[in-house]
Amino acid sequence: MAESGPALHLRSYLQIAWLWIRAAWQYPTSFVLLAVGNGLITALDFVGLWIMFAHLDDLAGFTLPEVALLYGSASLALAVADTAIGSVERIGAYIRTGRLDQMMTKPVPLLVQVCADQFTLRRLGRLTQAAIVFGWACTYVDWTPSRVVVALWMLVSGGLVFFGLFVGFSCVQFWTTDATEFANAFTYGGATVTQYPLTIFPREVLVGLTFVIPVAFVNWYPCLYLLGRSDPTGMPEAFQFASPVAGVLTMAAALLVWRSGVRHYTSTGS
Amino acid sequence: MSLTRSQHEPLIDVRALERTFDVRRRVEGRRRRVRDSVLAVHDLTFTVAAGEMVGYIGPNGAGKSTTIKMLTGILVPTGGQVRVAGLDPSRDRVELARRIGVVFGQRSTLWWDLPLRDSFDLLQKMYRIPPARYRDNLDRFVDLLDLGGQLDTPVRQLSLGQRMRGDITAALLHDPEVLYLDEPTIGLDVVSKGRLREFLRALNDERGTTLLLTTHDLQDIEALCDRVIVIDHGTSVYDGPLAGLHAQGGSSRMLVVDLVDEAPPIEVPGATVRRVEGPRQWLSFPADASAAPVVAAVAASYDVADLSIQEPAIEDVIRELYSRDA
Ligand SMILES: Nc1ncnc2c1ncn2[C@@H]1O[C@H](COP(=O)(O)OP(=O)(O)OP(=O)(O)O)[C@@H](O)[C@H]1O
Ligand SMILES: [Mg+2]
Repeated sequence: MAESGPALHLRSYLQIAWLWIRAAWQYPTSFVLLAVGNGLITALDFVGLWIMFAHLDDLAGFTLPEVALLYGSASLALAVADTAIGSVERIGAYIRTGRLDQMMTKPVPLLVQVCADQFTLRRLGRLTQAAIVFGWACTYVDWTPSRVVVALWMLVSGGLVFFGLFVGFSCVQFWTTDATEFANAFTYGGATVTQYPLTIFPREVLVGLTFVIPVAFVNWYPCLYLLGRSDPTGMPEAFQFASPVAGVLTMAAALLVWRSGVRHYTSTGS
Repeated sequence: MSLTRSQHEPLIDVRALERTFDVRRRVEGRRRRVRDSVLAVHDLTFTVAAGEMVGYIGPNGAGKSTTIKMLTGILVPTGGQVRVAGLDPSRDRVELARRIGVVFGQRSTLWWDLPLRDSFDLLQKMYRIPPARYRDNLDRFVDLLDLGGQLDTPVRQLSLGQRMRGDITAALLHDPEVLYLDEPTIGLDVVSKGRLREFLRALNDERGTTLLLTTHDLQDIEALCDRVIVIDHGTSVYDGPLAGLHAQGGSSRMLVVDLVDEAPPIEVPGATVRRVEGPRQWLSFPADASAAPVVAAVAASYDVADLSIQEPAIEDVIRELYSRDA
């Protein structure tokens, strides 16, 4: 076989995902309604921020376009990760219904199957909205070649961080089922937190968001560089370039937890 | 290829296999649930050669499904060894998946909202089945299992029997060497069961596919399997031909005697009266003993109007076997 490893997995992923897109097409109306509804809900999110700014000149020293850059980049990374692998959080349901057992007898890595299963473009709304906000905020950035590079790897690394968080926390369900809410607290919770300048939080929170659940690398540190700001919290400047490291480490940790989860998997009694 | 290998090495090799589950149990009088461990399978040893059709039977909770999950790599054993086609199922699970087919009767592998055909197409991609072979197999199984009319129906609209045939097709498209069936006939009507058995027999005849079948319907076993493994409380209590179960179960045959007149219970050596109803009496004697001396002894001392012998039902034999170790 010419193809191997990641390329092959990606192809399997796309084939499964494509099947689900085709299936969704059989009900075009509900598909469009869901996507639009989803987009509207996320748009309201940002309108909330807008209203806040109508009464404030800045948020912890950040102007609206600057907050929009933070918000847009984090939302974009989250939306990409959520679209690509969001179904991993349903793993508890797969365990209970025996679907996971079925997947384990197929010659495609379990994680690929779990992530691609029931792939939906429903979150296209969120993705579009995030892209628009990010695009608008980008027009206020003073672009240099190195900032372009940092911006690109910020998006990729952000996706990896969320990928790692989604997968890692979903694995909790291998040990105790019904922990979806617990997992959400960290993934979506982490995403919500990054929509604001992290200076509004106490320093302990910032440390936690840097070293424990490294969502600060999704947007906060690289955006400081894009905006040409010195770090108001006095963290090392190197952090502004460390997003790829954070992304890769989070993902590697998540894959280890995943493997251990699969080996501890006990299936169901019937 | 698989035939030459089978002479040297069994296709399935299970040695001292063990699996425990940690469970939390509510105990009266205690607020917190206590930890406990369930021994689902232990000290289980057997081998299956390529081309065999083996019935794997036992009462509810005996450990059948747990064994199949270890054979397919879904569960990691907590002790002992298991090899299938030379692979360690839990470690080489993805590689092994190409060579085995699995049907869990209670749970479908098909995608609920998609037409059967889409599920099959996706499986072709997952297993990377060459297109020509895929088309051949699909045509053949669809024809044999009479699924032609259902290919474009979403799975959720299929009847149980249709869905089961779909699941079996799905498990066979990639020409697996072994097919594990966990209660494949559960819920099917008599006609569907018969058709399914015929199909499985043909599959084994023509392609040499090895079958390991769990079921609570002993007719499945009688129709398909030359060999049965009986498992109870997680370990094998019998392994051999179906017929041999009689001796193992210590079962007995029944001699039904119609006397000319009512009489007190018959007394002859080698047989015991079990029941008396007017002139009719039921005498039991060991299944592996000859009926002739018993019949001769009865005929010599009593006025007999009629005689008949009842063979033990396999269900009774197995029930006996289960209850013995209970
Ligand atoms: N995931 C699990 N967690 C806890 N206990 C389990 C689990 N799976 C099986 N068991 C226990 O292990 C034992 C064997 O179960 P198993 O499902 O293998 O039985 P079985 O022979 O398939 O029974 P049945 O005929 O009812 O399908 C049972 O006591 C069951 O309660
Ligand atoms: Mg079972």
